[in-house]
Amino acid sequence: MSAQAPPQGPKNLGTKTMTMNIGPQHPATHGTLHLEVEVDGEIVVRCRPHLGYLHTGFEKLAEYRSYNQFITLSDRLNYLSSLNNNIGFALAVEEMLGVEITPRCRVLRVILAELGRLGDHVLSVGLQAMDLGAFSVMLWAFVEREKLYDIFEATSGGRLTTSWTRIGGLSRDVPDDFIPMVKKFLEYFPGVIDEVEKMLNRNRIFTKRTRGVGVISRDDVIAHGVTGPIARGSGLAWDIRRVRPYLGYELYDFEVPVEPDGDVWSRYRVRVREMRESIRILNQAIDALPDGPVTAIDTKFTLPDKLSVYNDMEALIHHFKLIMHGHGFQPAPGEIYASTESPNGELGWFIVSDGTRNPYRLRCRPPSFINYTAFPEMVRGGMISDLVAVMASLNVIAGELDR
Amino acid sequence: MQVVPVLVWVERKVSAWIQDRVGPNRVGPLGLFQPLADAIKLLFKEDVVPEGTDRFLFILAPAVAFAPAALLATVIPFGQPMMVDGELLPLQVCRGNVGVLLTLALTGFSVYGLAFGGWASNNKYAMLGGLRAGAQMLSYEIAMGLALVSVLMTAGSVDLNVIVLDQTGTWGGFIPKWNALRQPLAFVLFFIAAFAETNRLPFDLPECEAELVGGYHTEYSSMKFSLFFLAEYAAMFASCCLITTLFLGGWSLPGMDVHNHSPFFSLLTVAVFFAKVSVLLFFFIVVRWTLPRFRFDQLMHLGWKTMIPLGLANILFTGAMAQG
Repeated sequence: MSAQAPPQGPKNLGTKTMTMNIGPQHPATHGTLHLEVEVDGEIVVRCRPHLGYLHTGFEKLAEYRSYNQFITLSDRLNYLSSLNNNIGFALAVEEMLGVEITPRCRVLRVILAELGRLGDHVLSVGLQAMDLGAFSVMLWAFVEREKLYDIFEATSGGRLTTSWTRIGGLSRDVPDDFIPMVKKFLEYFPGVIDEVEKMLNRNRIFTKRTRGVGVISRDDVIAHGVTGPIARGSGLAWDIRRVRPYLGYELYDFEVPVEPDGDVWSRYRVRVREMRESIRILNQAIDALPDGPVTAIDTKFTLPDKLSVYNDMEALIHHFKLIMHGHGFQPAPGEIYASTESPNGELGWFIVSDGTRNPYRLRCRPPSFINYTAFPEMVRGGMISDLVAVMASLNVIAGELDR
Repeated sequence: MQVVPVLVWVERKVSAWIQDRVGPNRVGPLGLFQPLADAIKLLFKEDVVPEGTDRFLFILAPAVAFAPAALLATVIPFGQPMMVDGELLPLQVCRGNVGVLLTLALTGFSVYGLAFGGWASNNKYAMLGGLRAGAQMLSYEIAMGLALVSVLMTAGSVDLNVIVLDQTGTWGGFIPKWNALRQPLAFVLFFIAAFAETNRLPFDLPECEAELVGGYHTEYSSMKFSLFFLAEYAAMFASCCLITTLFLGGWSLPGMDVHNHSPFFSLLTVAVFFAKVSVLLFFFIVVRWTLPRFRFDQLMHLGWKTMIPLGLANILFTGAMAQG
């Protein structure tokens, strides 16, 4: 058969694809991301993410900081879940040092980690709705996050950058009204989730915009190393809290929500269900919270309490050795990789120690960065609107992309 | 036109109410002067015309977008004709016997403003927004027209006054003979199409701030931007007026004496008219702040594959009923 006749007319103009820049300043990129998108009309032909707009160099900075000093830097990594970063880093170092943390510290860390997860997920769901046009849901989510931040502020003194943990314990114990605050929050928060679900679950427009959009298969999830709600949204029941329990997560009764479809809708569902599971964990943790010190009594790594520093020679020496410039604890040479389940997925820390007080090399495995590698494939062939929906469902935090 | 600032204020307050916020409360009592402050601020903003734009169309576009929406309100009869000095004064700015056709022509015209704005801006987001506006408004105009046809068939006239008078009767003394009840399908179709024509959520794809930054008005600033902004609200108001006139009995209430032309009574009908319009406007605003938006292909799908066939079927049905 002969080729199709060329279109009639003065000349065949043909069609060309158009290159669009989405970001680095664009309402859909919550943070400074940059996507170079080739579009054919409104269909995405190719998408190339550009990184490097939020480079902080914290991995290099870590080589010039002592372990405790690095905790403030870990806040800036994924600034929406700084508590989870603090806890993840402290756990990695403690594992390297072999420090045993106290039972109260263990449970408190679980409580704050789950509150951090709630804060991240509720905002993520809200932003997902906002990028599809349902602006009100985002503001409802924001209100809840502010209330969570009030709790964080009362606990650590900071709302966004909490710097709450210390190697071997916490910066301080929680305030007296902490438990009532959390309980009050847990009482009405399920109602907020119900309201969000009522608004979105049976909304035809929302389901149409999310079902079958940005699909990633289970095999691709494994091939890319994608973790967190995105992996679980593709039917992969992978949760570090379950497969490699830390902080005694094996003692809590909770489910790992899994959705089979791998689309934007599944990720939304996973996040909503995870919030309910977090509430379950929180309720158990509050009941199980023991009394006692929050910082391990291990004078080689943790600060002695202030009163004994004033009254006790030994304590004063330890304090001096830990605090003064050029001193501080020195882990034995060696290396460790330890990971925790942060709201976005597996947050891993690879630390190499050469026996000095600074890490010889610190490498972070940020969940968003790995998850983002699957993004170009997820949006190919979709429309520009889908690109925005997928981006929101990945919950990419720019602070995690650039190190 | 004086309605627009009030409308902006209402929109802000209602959205604040939906979103657990306070809304404007600093400028004037209850923040009532906020839209005024906004307008002054916009007037004093630098008016940027970016390089590489088609200057003529760029400047023309906001005016083209605004004018039809403003004109649309003139053909709406908003009250019972008033007897002043022995003469009947119609409460309608522009009285004509082709009212409905004029409204259709004007709504059709407004798409040029958006398309020009999108094209002339020399900006990819704006161009996509303009293209979307063109496609969306053309397709929904058909659905809107089809819904209208069945109303015209019921009333037997294209004069808006006749259409209102046609709806003054009642069934059983209390159920109003409004077209919304006589032609429920046409009412729903027209209502949805009105959302699309005014570019309000869930049909605000030409604007679509999440994807296209500002859509067709991305490059606009100062008074040109505010004209686009005003156009949206004016169009919303005009659409609500039109829906009220066509489907909700206009200024009439069931069982009302249509031959009473005293000034007091006329003013009462004006109040009735604006009360109905306010309810519709409130609905418009609530929808705006609760629903997500469609994707472009889904929008086209809804327009061409659902609303137009339904509109046609409705006409067929109306015709068959009129015959039988």
